[in-house]
Amino acid sequence: MNILVCVKRVPETGGRVTLSADAREIDTRYLGFTVSPHEECATEEAVRLVEANGGSSTVLTLGPEAAADQLRAAMAIGIDRAILLETDGQDWDPVATAAAIVDAIRAEAAAGVQYDLLLFGNEAADSGDFQVGIRVAIALGLPCINGVKSLEIKDGVATARREAGGGWEVFQVPLPAIVAVREGINLPRYPSVPGRLRAKKKEIERSVPVARQAGAAGPEKIRLSLPAESEGRAEILGTGADAAPAVVDLLERIGVLA
Amino acid sequence: MILTFVEQAAGRPDRSSLEALTFARRLAAAQGVPLGAVLFGPAAEVAAAVLGAYGVVEAHLVEPAGLDAYAPAVWGRSVAQLVGASPPTVVLAAGTDRGQEVLAYAAAMLDAPMAANCIDVRPGEPFEVTRQRWGGSLLEKARLDGPVRLLTVAEHVTQPEEAAVPTTVSISRFTPTLSEADLRVRVIGRVAPEPGKVSLADARVVVGGGRGVGGAEAFSELEELAGLLHGAVGVSRVVTSAGWRPHSQQVGQTGTRIAPDIYIACGISGAIQHIVGCKAAKAILVINTDREAPIMSRAAYAVIGDLHTVVPAVSAEIRRRQAL
Ligand SMILES: Cc1cc2nc3c(=O)[nH]c(=O)nc-3n(C[C@H](O)[C@H](O)[C@H](O)COP(=O)(O)OP(=O)(O)OC[C@H]3O[C@@H](n4cnc5c(N)ncnc54)[C@H](O)[C@@H]3O)c2cc1C
Repeated sequence: MNILVCVKRVPETGGRVTLSADAREIDTRYLGFTVSPHEECATEEAVRLVEANGGSSTVLTLGPEAAADQLRAAMAIGIDRAILLETDGQDWDPVATAAAIVDAIRAEAAAGVQYDLLLFGNEAADSGDFQVGIRVAIALGLPCINGVKSLEIKDGVATARREAGGGWEVFQVPLPAIVAVREGINLPRYPSVPGRLRAKKKEIERSVPVARQAGAAGPEKIRLSLPAESEGRAEILGTGADAAPAVVDLLERIGVLA
Repeated sequence: MILTFVEQAAGRPDRSSLEALTFARRLAAAQGVPLGAVLFGPAAEVAAAVLGAYGVVEAHLVEPAGLDAYAPAVWGRSVAQLVGASPPTVVLAAGTDRGQEVLAYAAAMLDAPMAANCIDVRPGEPFEVTRQRWGGSLLEKARLDGPVRLLTVAEHVTQPEEAAVPTTVSISRFTPTLSEADLRVRVIGRVAPEPGKVSLADARVVVGGGRGVGGAEAFSELEELAGLLHGAVGVSRVVTSAGWRPHSQQVGQTGTRIAPDIYIACGISGAIQHIVGCKAAKAILVINTDREAPIMSRAAYAVIGDLHTVVPAVSAEIRRRQAL
């Protein structure tokens, strides 16, 4: 079984975000980078499926040269190959990103590599476009299931579940197929030291994607801003266990203590 | 014409779709064009009939032959073909799982751009939207070009509001032309929610635990408090990544969005990805040893102290009062 996982390098934000001077990017001078939790899980899922069924896994990203770090992180937990579609660091819109991924998959096919399963994160952590997997599916004529939190592959058929209204919806499609996963589908492993060392030595296959010329484009980013937040000061109800009566008074006042 | 994909269950439009319709009506008024809706599934006609209150003048009921179940490519194809039949300027949906998915299919099939989770739109040329990134902790102003523009409306931002003057809805039926490929992806089964369980998304009280809880066992303290308040336990990503609790309890950008009357956040620092999941709470009560924790600026109330002493003390106090 041949699996391709598509991931995106994003800044590892946590605390307050500041923007670059032109307000087009997050100021990343003091930040590390990672991939979205959804894609970490997609990567883990690929490794597990190959462990269980045999075959080979490949990770692909469209991003700057530095995104090689995220590809190595994927290889450190057991992904076999890595492909970097190298950009100059500008964000590509979801239409262009999908088109570049389609080109790369076609190039792989021309070189004799066919994928049974293409895994994506449901949406990238930063841009949250919710469409790259579906655009790739339509271009390649493949079925696509989104929001997946449980996946089973048997006899060339993928059975996937996603959360809906407190319960689950079940989908089933024949392979080859695209599955966009959500965090929670598995608990990703930590890379081992030998895994990291092996990944360091592995080759990363690089190419320069050609930007799409015709058809739709966008959304085209103009600038970023931080939402206006009503920041207040919390009323301190007390310190330590002595605060318990004040807390329960509050719960009674709000009406949650029936 | 502006077309809105309206989700409905048992003949009642979903709240998120009414938010999207309210957003769409304002856009339609700004552009001076009529507002249309597209609906699927059993009882769609019942749901369509009430949309006049929201200013809809035209509702398209899609009836894919022999298909009742949700099928994203079929629904997307139907929207795309409706657009082809009478080109609307803008197609909208709610920023729900299905809204994002159906619109992304339609956009891909039409080779048109789509902007997800918009909170504002400035029609005209250029056509500009303001949309959420990072789950809503960052905003992006962007241009959307093309003869047809698709956008989803971020949930919980626009209040659903009826039109000042209700309209009469003219209802028409539409049968899409489908290929075998469109039919491949569809819901083939459902697993019902566990009966009697308080779901995290709907809980009136959520007791949250973060790294400060320190390990899997100590969650019994939070479970006890949540039980006394008929609430649910929610956790930070540190907790699920450590395997202390299942991901189904994670609150945040890549977990569940909660909107309780009170969120009691214990040992949680308040990273932006956590905050976007709990900012719809009516009030946040923080229990933290650090009075400088970032979450303090989002909280209405706080107790400074070790959660392992504060939480059991609160539970004990509730019990003491209940016994009186
Ligand atoms: C793309 C992306 C997506 C993410 N999605 C999510 C998400 O969906 N949900 C989420 O939660 N996070 C998410 N994160 C992670 C997030 O950035 C933070 O790392 C995480 O929320 C921190 O969890 P925490 O508050 O439990 O831990 P910490 O930040 O370590 O905070 C622990 C807090 O506990 C307090 N404390 C310690 N001991 C005690 C004690 N005994 N009593 C009381 N207080 C104590 C400390 O003072 C501190 O404030 C995401 C990150 C990225 C990059």
